Amino acid sequence: MSRPEIEVRALHKSFGANEVLRGIDLEIGRGEVVCVIGPSGSGKSTLLRCVNLLEEPTKGQVFVGGAELTDPDVDIDAARRRIGMVFQQFNLFPHLTVTENLTLPQRRVLRRDKAAAAKVAAENLARVGLSEKAAAYPSSLSGGQQQRVAIARALAMGPEVMLFDEPTSALDPELVGDVLAVMRMLADEGMTMMVVTHEMTFAREVADRVVFMDGGAIVEDGTPEQVIGNPRHDRTRHFLSRLLDPAMAEVEEETSDQVGKAE
Amino acid sequence: MTDTAPPEVQPKKKGLTRRQKRSLSRGVQYAVFVAAVIAFAVSADWDRLQNQFAQADIAERMFPDVITLALKNTVLYTVTGFAVGLALGMVIALMRLSSVGPYRWLAGIYIEIFRGLPALLIFIFIGVAVPLAFPGTEIIGGTYGKVALALGLVAAAYMAETIRAGIQAVPKGQMEAARSLGFSPARAMISIIIPQAFRIILPPLTNELVLLFKDSSLVLFLGVTLEERELSKYGRDLASQTANSTPILVAGLCYLLVTIPLGFVVRRMEAKAQEAVK
Repeated sequence: MSRPEIEVRALHKSFGANEVLRGIDLEIGRGEVVCVIGPSGSGKSTLLRCVNLLEEPTKGQVFVGGAELTDPDVDIDAARRRIGMVFQQFNLFPHLTVTENLTLPQRRVLRRDKAAAAKVAAENLARVGLSEKAAAYPSSLSGGQQQRVAIARALAMGPEVMLFDEPTSALDPELVGDVLAVMRMLADEGMTMMVVTHEMTFAREVADRVVFMDGGAIVEDGTPEQVIGNPRHDRTRHFLSRLLDPAMAEVEEETSDQVGKAE
Repeated sequence: MTDTAPPEVQPKKKGLTRRQKRSLSRGVQYAVFVAAVIAFAVSADWDRLQNQFAQADIAERMFPDVITLALKNTVLYTVTGFAVGLALGMVIALMRLSSVGPYRWLAGIYIEIFRGLPALLIFIFIGVAVPLAFPGTEIIGGTYGKVALALGLVAAAYMAETIRAGIQAVPKGQMEAARSLGFSPARAMISIIIPQAFRIILPPLTNELVLLFKDSSLVLFLGVTLEERELSKYGRDLASQTANSTPILVAGLCYLLVTIPLGFVVRRMEAKAQEAVK
């Protein structure tokens, strides 16, 4: 295998005394789709945010596209241009129209001229199926539409890697499908993707690998068939049973094993 | 009494019912108001009042100067002071949010000092103390420059706090989204955060404009030429010339001519912002 697109080595992250990541090693190859699953507070969102350095790791290294992001001398703004990020809360710029949300970053960050930026914006809006909303403001869109615009905004920067931080968790259930469809399309096109999600169907069908995290560490890492279909660890099995059939869960004692809330 | 045989479980209250109390209380309030109006109307010396405050010929003589000179100067002082205050306030707000300690402290000290001092003191300081302390220095723009500086210094302290609050009111995710798209911190601040912050703080900023509009009257302590007079000074001068208070009233009305519509605009903006939140 050639050099992995994303490489995380011995990553530690603490918030004060709270150790959220306890030594993570992870490699994601070019074109690979990796879903990170795990209970809330397991550190999966923190791990994702460490990959583009929205969170500064306490210890360890992060490489994206061969460049070390954790190097203090790296041009982090340049490095982030190659990494698209999609947030749970969309984070569209509410004072700009949909098109401006896509063109402003291209013009300010990539220095594209007006015509080129508009062209790229229109292409990417078409990819997520929202061409007719080009002139609308984010507040007039549904959550699912906003999230698709957010994906288009990230894509307009021409990233080589896309990070998704629970992209469907803030959506009404009936809107989840549209967003997942866009993500599936990206996966089919060969985009390198790291997705923190609770959507097991998506993980099973689209992911090349599923990583199960608990307590700030990777517990299990393998194909969806292995991790979701035939988990080797009790913790994975326990988590999956609770997720797939929440109505069957029983009341449990809180365990101190859980790392504090990170999401 | 409309109550007819209340059920036993509800003990009948002694004295007035709630409804009776309410109507009695309202009746008393109206009675006091009417009595006060009548007392004022009877006791006031209407002829004298009209003579002092509403002499049509004196009022007429004030036009058009009261508008073309006095109101114009008031607006000019206010707008330049506001511009200086906004620019300075923005710098101080950003210093206050800086990760560099000394900047934060300096901004904090500035805000505490200039919020705590009377505007009048600042005017006297600019008009008297600065020329004495730094002989030979000339504040550009003469009186206009001095007023813009004095008003700006005062306004900046308030505006800095307003702007800081506005910037902090923009959700954290906006900065994160901008940074993850490759914006530098400064560029994200300018392109993404500050435009949103300004929408949030437009009502309080407009209020600040109204305050400055009134504070511009303090220019009269700087000593101004005839051409530099604004509404208060102009009204006062004419009042002494004519030994009559009509010019004060006219000057006052001119202030209200601007402040009342501005207040209306602020309330409109606040109502709109409320709606946007829903």
